[in-house]
Formats: sequence, C-alpha cells, structure tokens
Amino acid sequence: MSVRSSDLTERGQALDERGPGPVTVVLSVNGTERSLEIEPRVSLLDALREHLDLTGAKKGCDQGTCGTCTVWVDGNRVLSCLTLALTCEGHEVTTVEGLADGEELHAMQRAFIAEDAFQCGFCTPGQIMSAVALLKEGHAHDDAEIKEWMSGNICRCAAYPHIRAAIRAVRDEAQ
Amino acid sequence: MTTIAPAIGQSLDRVDGRAKVTGSARYFAETPIPGISYAVLVGSRIANGRITGIDAGDARAEEGVLAVLTHENLPSIAEQPPLIPSLGGTAAPGQTFFPMQDDVVHYAGQHIAIVVADTLERAQYAASLIRVSYEERPPLVTLDQGRDQAYVPDRVFGGWLPGRVSRGDIETGLAAADVRVDTTFSYAANNHNPLEPSGTTAEWDGDEVLLHDATQGVNATQITVARQLGIPLSKIRVIGHYVGGSFGSKAMIHDHAALAALAAREVGRPVKLVLTREQMFTSVGHREEQEQRITLGATRDGRLTGIRHHKLSPTSHFDDWAEPSLGVSPEIYGCPNFDGVYRIFRANTMTPTFMRAPGEASGMFALECAMDELAGELGMDPIELRERNLSAVSPSSGRPWSSSGLLECYRRGAERFGWEGRDPRPGRRREGNWLIGTGMASAGYPVVLPPNPQRARARMYADGTAVVQAATPDFGTGVATVMTQVAADALGMSLDRCRFENGDTDLPNIAAAVGSAGSGMISAAVHSAATALRNQLIAQATGDSNSPLYGADPVDVVVQDGVMTAGTARESYAELLQRDVQPDAEATGTWSPPGGDPGYGMMTFGAQFAEVAVDAELGLVRVRRLTGAFAPGRVLNPKLARSQLMGGMLWGLGQALLEANHMHPRTGRWAGASLGEYLVAVNADAPDVDVELVEVEDSVVNPLGVKGVGEIGQVGVAAAIANAVHHATGRRVRKLPIAIEDLL
Repeated sequence: MSVRSSDLTERGQALDERGPGPVTVVLSVNGTERSLEIEPRVSLLDALREHLDLTGAKKGCDQGTCGTCTVWVDGNRVLSCLTLALTCEGHEVTTVEGLADGEELHAMQRAFIAEDAFQCGFCTPGQIMSAVALLKEGHAHDDAEIKEWMSGNICRCAAYPHIRAAIRAVRDEAQ
Repeated sequence: MTTIAPAIGQSLDRVDGRAKVTGSARYFAETPIPGISYAVLVGSRIANGRITGIDAGDARAEEGVLAVLTHENLPSIAEQPPLIPSLGGTAAPGQTFFPMQDDVVHYAGQHIAIVVADTLERAQYAASLIRVSYEERPPLVTLDQGRDQAYVPDRVFGGWLPGRVSRGDIETGLAAADVRVDTTFSYAANNHNPLEPSGTTAEWDGDEVLLHDATQGVNATQITVARQLGIPLSKIRVIGHYVGGSFGSKAMIHDHAALAALAAREVGRPVKLVLTREQMFTSVGHREEQEQRITLGATRDGRLTGIRHHKLSPTSHFDDWAEPSLGVSPEIYGCPNFDGVYRIFRANTMTPTFMRAPGEASGMFALECAMDELAGELGMDPIELRERNLSAVSPSSGRPWSSSGLLECYRRGAERFGWEGRDPRPGRRREGNWLIGTGMASAGYPVVLPPNPQRARARMYADGTAVVQAATPDFGTGVATVMTQVAADALGMSLDRCRFENGDTDLPNIAAAVGSAGSGMISAAVHSAATALRNQLIAQATGDSNSPLYGADPVDVVVQDGVMTAGTARESYAELLQRDVQPDAEATGTWSPPGGDPGYGMMTFGAQFAEVAVDAELGLVRVRRLTGAFAPGRVLNPKLARSQLMGGMLWGLGQALLEANHMHPRTGRWAGASLGEYLVAVNADAPDVDVELVEVEDSVVNPLGVKGVGEIGQVGVAAAIANAVHHATGRRVRKLPIAIEDLL
C-alpha cells in the first residue's frame, strides 16, 4: 500500500519523490555540508565511501550483520549500509573521521591504541563509533552490559576483551 | 650471535594505531582512482552441470553498463598454474581451475559472469538481470554422499605432504596396549569470514597493470596474475598495505584478482571488484567438512604404544586437497608406532584452502579429546598423562627439538589456571543451574620455513633517519610495528627515527606471510638488511681519514642512538653522511632459510585450559575463562603477541561452539552464507583470556629465534572446551561445533 502523507511519517515532513536517476543530495557530514549527485538507491555507506572519499566506515557485509559501517546520525549509532543517503538530508552524520579534535584524538581512540583493542583495524572505526555512543547511552555500567551492547560489532580478530578494557578505561576516566 | 638490543621485546603500541583508529588507514578498495568503474561477479546457482545459455541483453541495456563478460566473450587466460602454497614463492592460485573458460559448472557460486558499470549500484542491478539457463545434474557435496568414493591420494595440501604417514608398526603397537581408545570425530565446514571482503582493483597503463589487492602476499598476487594473464612480471605491480584480516582466505590468490585485471582491460577503465559477503563463502576456499578417527593404545602406566589417525574429507574436482590434520599427532608425543591416512573424494566444491591453524586445529581436537578419554580410562590426571609421553626429540625424525618449552607450558598454564586439586569426576560441580567443568589440551604447530631467500632493504638518510622496506602487507599481525623494532635495534637507533615501509611489489620480495612464518622470515630479512647497512656505515667511517673513527677496528665500534663509538671517538650516522655529502646510504639484506634437513625437529608448543558452565536443562554452554601458555621462541613485542594469541584462542572458542557450515545435499549450496547464519564469536561470547608467554631460546629456526604466534593460539582450544564440557556434564561430544542439541 502506498500512502504519501507527511503526517504519517515518524521523522516529520515526507520527502518529495525523486529519482530514479541521479539527484542532488545535500548531506551534513562531520559538520560540513557536502553536495552529491547520486541515485536515490545509494546507501549512506556507499555515499560516504565512493562519493565523499570518507572511507573510515567499512563495508563488511552490506547486510547489517557485522557493524563495520556504524556511523552516527544525529548522534545515534546507525548501520550506514542499511540507510539510504537520501534519508539523511537535514540530519547530522558523524563518521570516525569526525571524532578527533584536529590532531587531538578522542579519548576512545587513545584507549583503543593503549589497550591494543584491534589487530587488522577493519572493524575498528565501527567499534569506536559504537563504543563512544555506548557510553552516552549509559550502557557501560559493567562488563556484562558492555558485552551485550557491543555485540552488534563483530571483530574477527577477536580483540573483544581489549575492546572492553578500552571502554572501561574511558568510562572510568570520565567519572 | 645476535645481541638483544632495547627495542625488541618491548610492548610497543602499534605504529599504525593512529591510522586505524582515525579511519585514515586505506584498505585496498579505498585508494581513490579517477575514472574507476565497478565490477560485480555473478555466481552459478547450480552446483553441478552445464550452462546452456546466458541472456545478458537486459543487463547490457542498462544505463552505465560497460561490459558483461561470460565464458562466451571473456578472453581466455594464458594458463592456470598448479596449486602450490604461497609460501613457496611461486604462482599460488587457490585451485587448479579458472572459471569462465567453458560452460561446465563444478560448484555452486562458481563465477560465471562479470558485470562492469560506472557505478556500483548500476553494476549490482544489471547483474541481477542476467538470466542463466542450466542443464543441472544432482550434486555430490557431503561426506555421506561421497564416503564410498574415497581414495588415498599420493599427495595432499598442494603436493606438499604425503597422503599416508606412518612409522613403526601400528598393529603391533595397538596389540601391545593395555588400554585402547577408539573414537570418531566429525566436523562441520568453516568459512574464514575476515571482515574485509576479498577483492582487487586493476588499473592499466598501456601494457602495464597496477593492482590493489587484499592479500597475504603481494608477490604471490603478482606472480599468479602474471602467469594467468601471460604478461611479464616487470609489467605488473601489486600494492596491499592494510588488509582487513585474512585467516587464510587471502593466503592463496583466487580468481577475482585476474578477473579484475581482465575486466579492466576489456572496458579500458580502472575496475574495482569487491566480493560480497555471500561470495566470500564460495570464492576463497574454506575449511572442509571432515571426519577423523583416532585409535590410541597405551600401557597401564600411560605410555602411548600406538596412534592411528585417519581422516576423510571432500575435495574439488581439480585438486587433491586436505588440510594437514595429521601433522601434529605424530609429533607431539613420543610414540613408536603411528599410522596416518588421508582419504578424500571428489565433490562439487571449490578446492578447500588454508584456514587458521589449517589441520592443526581440527587434528588436535581429535587427538586431545581422545587423550582426555584415555586419561579417564587410566584414572590419570590429563596433564600427568601428557607429561609421561613428552618427547625430548621429534618422534618422527628422532632429531632433537630446536626448542620446546612444552613442559613449562603445562606447568605455568596449570598454575595460572588453578588446575591443581581438580576433582576429575564429571558432573560434581554445580552453581545454581550451571554445571561447571574444566579441561585442558596440548597445542602444537609446526615451524614452517620458506624455501626461498627472503629480502629487505635499509636506507639511512643524511639527517639520521632510516627507512626499512619489505614487500609484505599487514593484515593485522603488527608486522610494521615489530619490524620497526627489529630494524631500530640492528641499526642501533631509536624507534622514532626508524620507519618500516611495506605492502608493495616494488619493495624487496618476501614470500606470502602464511603458516605463522611471517614474523620469523621477515624479521630475518629486516635484521639482515639493517645489520648490513650498519656494518657498511661503520666500515665507511673507520676507513675515512676525516672521521674521528678512522683506523678503529670495525668490530670495536658500537652504535647507540645513531652514534657510532669506538673508545672515545664518536661520530653519528648523520655526521658521516653529511660530511661525505652523501644524501643517503642503502643496503639489501637476504636471509636464506636452512635448506634440506636442518638436523632438528621444529615445532611451537603450548597448553590450553578452559572452564565452562553448561546449563543443566537447556544445554547452553558458556566459556567462563581461557588460559593459554605458549612457547613461541623469542617474542618481539609481547603486547602484540598476546593479542594475536588471544585472538587465536577465541577462534578456538568459535570452532568449539559456534562455527558451522553445511552443504545442502540437494542444492549443493552452503546452508548459511551470511554472518547472520554463519556464527562467529561476538563480544558477548568472549570471556577474558589469560595468555602466558614462555620464552624459549631457539638458534635454529631463524636469526632471531622467532617461531610465530599467528596460529598456535587456536590449536587445542576446542579440545580443552570439549573436555571441560565432559567434565561438567559427563557427556562426550565428538563433533564440532558442540551444539545445544548435543547436550539435551
């Protein structure tokens, strides 16, 4: 059933019908407005990686099962492989490239290095975006909670105990 | 004699840590290439039969589509070289078969078409429009379907190992036993699933091609693709700096690398080809489904009199492949009689391949579970049984071990784990609804040497900073970090003035880093190059009448922080080069592995301990803690070594409880070809892991005595967990993975 009514969408104003050919999409990524010419079917992940040269978010499965593509939309963690870029207009997208303050790494990035919370590094941007969000969400009170709420991000090198150590270190530093 | 200088042995953070946590580390698919186009592979729906027609009309008509290539129009390859493990330094295709050369389908997912378009979305959509008709025959894929057709091959594992291994007389040995254990173990197939899918970008410039590849060896990619395309090695360059995990899936050079190059040549544009997650199950090999039968014989006092170890597994139509599951069982215990036989049968599968601890992880599950049963039969502590069968020499060759440390691993592992005082009776410990058990197992992994010389290059600049180079990629091992440490020590410099550059065939040749051989062979080459450069600079100074070191005996010169000193005379590398108006100095180093019979048995040893809790009603197994003690020779960087060993141990947990794939007997396809269906350990599965390093000196394996940590961590873990499950519940589960239904 096709219903086009702005008051039926949960996120506010319904989007105009655009496409299927390339259309102009304006995204705010890491605080900067970027304009792209993309087809509406382009995922946020592919828009970032193939069109904006922001390759920090990774494509591990393109099916929402691995978590390597985790970014924030308006501060909430989302799987960018299952998010259409077009739907992010008017929202703030943050990727791992936007986490550090210039040369100054985010505390979580420092903790990942100090705890050796990665090996190949491919899942690391997604892990870090999840880990920072996890603390904000208040889901890091103990290891059992961290384990549960970090299980959407697979690390095939299995650095999990060190990922937990990094999260604990940042949590405890903040208290 | 190698002196140990300050950097080696330090727990340094990874030198590429900043790149990896900020997202600036570029993996193969992330190099911006102007005019890039996108290739998407189409796999066969059927597992056995013939393609009778491919209708690509709709696909070709789609906007942005540049080419649709099938067996009907793809240019033939020059040749498909035989399968030889990539450590060999020759062409190393994953199988002796190259797709899209004819209409025959040997296995499901076999690549049958490539679509190239100007955007990824257009290529993906066009690929979905291709209609293929088949003449389908029933597939043969499972052990039960092929069991009757099994044969004993002359050689397995790319021709590197015999199909039958024996010593003494097994019948006599088993007849002499007071106690016998005879058990059969079954194993689901496993898929590597590194999080970075395999793939290749190809960019032609005239008759030269540049590949960016996800590979364990850029040279292996170069040599393999050059042979397949029939082009000179000098015309192909391969770059692969960062690789997002491999675990063996990128150890051999699978067909997508050459297909990307062929597609790029056809469309006259650079092409990026990235496998989908689903294609990762059908394009890069796997650990084969298998069955292993072990018979142990022992005297009443626990001495082994015979070990019989037979394996049955499917291989492809093209290669006699079986992972070497019978490699450690004849070596780890002193036993005069051994009989090992591989039996394989042809099936509708691609050739299986290396997967972390290939053979050791599966073979030692069987042996170490059987040893636990034997300990039970004998009423003997499992560690005591193993200690009684320790061998001071390699049992197969009679040669002494180049180094061992196994006894120390048992003792220190047991102490850290708290093994002493364990009540051996099963089902005695209960906490609420959880049955608690503990188990242990031995670990062994062969020290594998490359057959060819390994090279590296060191360059000192006139400002006193150095760059050391070798072709190897970094797929998570930390090679860039530890080689910086090795180079700094050999040059007598501080770490921050030394940089390791890698991942490019324009750099000196290194064999693919497989078989846990990477740190040993690369450190040998880097050490050799850096030492050669240091000696060259010392000779230059002592022979230079303008140098304060003039006339000093080069052997008396020591170097620290880049300053050469002999008695009171001092001169830095930088001062020497600047005075001589020399922008830099350079040396190449070569390490030639000992060929032939080194005169020693060479193996890395360890001991694994596990504590599990099993829900008494639901059969749910939770691993509460793991302890592993390992003796990997010299440890170049304990922090990184522990991480890799921990990762291996958690792979063992996945092998024990989670990782399973099955071929459907009717469709011939994998039952689970996604990370939603093929389960790997996630954070919630992973307990804290305790890793103990038992350093042993080894002057045989390579100049620095490094035996490697990539795989030994996984060996034995599944057995320790299964033995702990038995201890908790009294039930022997002789299959992997152990599932809830096995314990209900």
